[in-house]
Amino acid sequence: MLTFTIRRLLTAIPTLLFISFIIFLIVKLSPSDPTAGLPLTIPPEVREQIRESLGVNDPVLVQYFKWLKLMLWDEPLHLIDGWLGTSFAPENGTRIISYQTRSPVMDLIVQRMPQTLWVVGTSYIVGIIIAMPLGIISAYRQYSVFDQIGTFVSMVGFSVPTFFTGVLFIVIFAVQLGWFPSVYDTTHEVTDWDSFVVQLKQIIMPVMVLGLYNASQISRYMRASMLDNLNQDYVRTARAKGLTEKTVVLVHVLRNSMIPVVTVIALNIPAVFGGAIITEQVFKVNGIGQLLIIAIQGGDVPVVQTVSFIFAILIVLFNLLADILYGLLDPRIRYD
Amino acid sequence: MTDLQDPANRPNQPLQTAGATPAGAVPVMEMEASAPPRNQWWDVWEQFRTHKGALFGLGFFIFALLFVFVGPLIWTIDPQYIDIRARNTGPSLAHPMGADQLGRDTMARMMAGGQTSIAVGLTAMLLALFVGTLIGVLAGYFKKLDGPLMRLTDLFLALPLLPLLLVIIMLFRDQLRAAFGPEGGIFILIVFVIGITSWMQTARVVRGDVLAIKEREFVLAAKSIGTRPSRMILRHILPNVMSPIMVSATLGIANAIITESALSFLGLGFPSDFPTWGRLLFDATDWLQQNPERVIWPGLAISLTVLSVNYIGDGLRDALDPRIRGR
Repeated sequence: MLTFTIRRLLTAIPTLLFISFIIFLIVKLSPSDPTAGLPLTIPPEVREQIRESLGVNDPVLVQYFKWLKLMLWDEPLHLIDGWLGTSFAPENGTRIISYQTRSPVMDLIVQRMPQTLWVVGTSYIVGIIIAMPLGIISAYRQYSVFDQIGTFVSMVGFSVPTFFTGVLFIVIFAVQLGWFPSVYDTTHEVTDWDSFVVQLKQIIMPVMVLGLYNASQISRYMRASMLDNLNQDYVRTARAKGLTEKTVVLVHVLRNSMIPVVTVIALNIPAVFGGAIITEQVFKVNGIGQLLIIAIQGGDVPVVQTVSFIFAILIVLFNLLADILYGLLDPRIRYD
Repeated sequence: MTDLQDPANRPNQPLQTAGATPAGAVPVMEMEASAPPRNQWWDVWEQFRTHKGALFGLGFFIFALLFVFVGPLIWTIDPQYIDIRARNTGPSLAHPMGADQLGRDTMARMMAGGQTSIAVGLTAMLLALFVGTLIGVLAGYFKKLDGPLMRLTDLFLALPLLPLLLVIIMLFRDQLRAAFGPEGGIFILIVFVIGITSWMQTARVVRGDVLAIKEREFVLAAKSIGTRPSRMILRHILPNVMSPIMVSATLGIANAIITESALSFLGLGFPSDFPTWGRLLFDATDWLQQNPERVIWPGLAISLTVLSVNYIGDGLRDALDPRIRGR
């Protein structure tokens, strides 16, 4: 297992390098000019100097390796300094600077990450909490009315895009009924019970939109996996031993069915972050997805590169985690 | 000849042939030879018909196609025509789905938008299917290509797709617009990026099936009479991997329609005067307070189309799997 983990870690490195190169190249090959947004009164010589200072005129490979060093070495050091109050990072060292705000990209991401994590994290947990019993009961009572309705609902939840459910929720609950605010206010601080209720009210819609979408996906896997296990011989053995039905289903079958579901849950996390881009746009959450959209619209190359690369790291990391979890949870699987 | 057309007289006939030849693989072939010329696709359709959701899905999909492609011939209002007196009105006789903030008829715009959305879905699916099948077959059939092509597939699977799609569209929009006109350029770009980023699942499934089929006897037989690889793939391998390809085709349409709508919804798809369902939804969100029903039409159209396509895929998967056929 350890050798497998190490080997898997080693293959993740070239993957990440390749992806970073693609991200870098796509943005570099584009014709968008970082000085295009500056006032027209700046004379061409000065404009050229600005371009020079931004390092736009270097050969592509040099730029790539400079960017990679900043991305993988300097910025993480700054991040650690920010968290622990240490000073590993070089004083006055270069950083990846946003074209739009002139501040380090990492600071922007650190500012916006908590909102995204809150919304995405709670929605994923809500999704799992909804999906698990749904999948279990659907599979246990296969072809029953509950199963028919559950399968239909999860098919609908799977097909209806989040940008429609989000807008629909706003129409119904914010415009017509007026129960919840349609805009997520991130400056709101929870200090007492009343402010907690306000927070709960504003987070409930984005979380439910993302959560229902995740639930419909996970419950399909849960149901299929439970069905695979319910007909196995060990289930008959467990029943023959005289175990209660509850123990058979919730201990024996559920534990075995969870193996593929846990990996699917891990594999889907990056996709959920991707889906959060849209949900953040619908509910005006100023998270990392909205940062990406603003950066794309403003031609802010460093922010776009960094955020895309963070998404790539998430994908590779959770793929790795899923592989390792699979081996850990299921002793029958040996990679070596 | 009469019992060939009447399936009721026929069921015990294959059993007899099977009983006459007890050797392993032979009876299957003889059964097929002696069985009446019942088309394989007819069998698939018979099974498909038993799946209620799939049938409903097919019905709705045909309805959607008729609505967007034949509808404009009946409902002849120009989607760009501005009837300023009708602006921001709800459903009425003159405008069954209401009119937008400029007084353009929403139903005509839904038809025009649906044409683009469905056209994007179909073409992007075809592109993804072509790339996926090509890579899957090459990787499965030629051992030397297997490693590199599958690593490539893994790499594509690890790309952060939505951010990359947004970035590519933002960056290359203007040149393509200049080269192919405002609508054509965006259409080509969106179809291309969706197609090029959604072929991976198809490639994986096709590769797996090709690997299994390559070991079968009929492939060995074809090889022994000197069939060239190109002919082998086209005549013997491809027809046998059609079912996973068809299933991933339906999923591909759903995926492409959703992605296109998401891009339009984020304001990075088609321009406002060239509507798609996603764009109509995006434009309507600004008028949520005044005209909430404007959001419903495009949203429902996207959701129902995707739902119907997903159900068709479900039904096809069951129908194309000979193990569950006849159950």
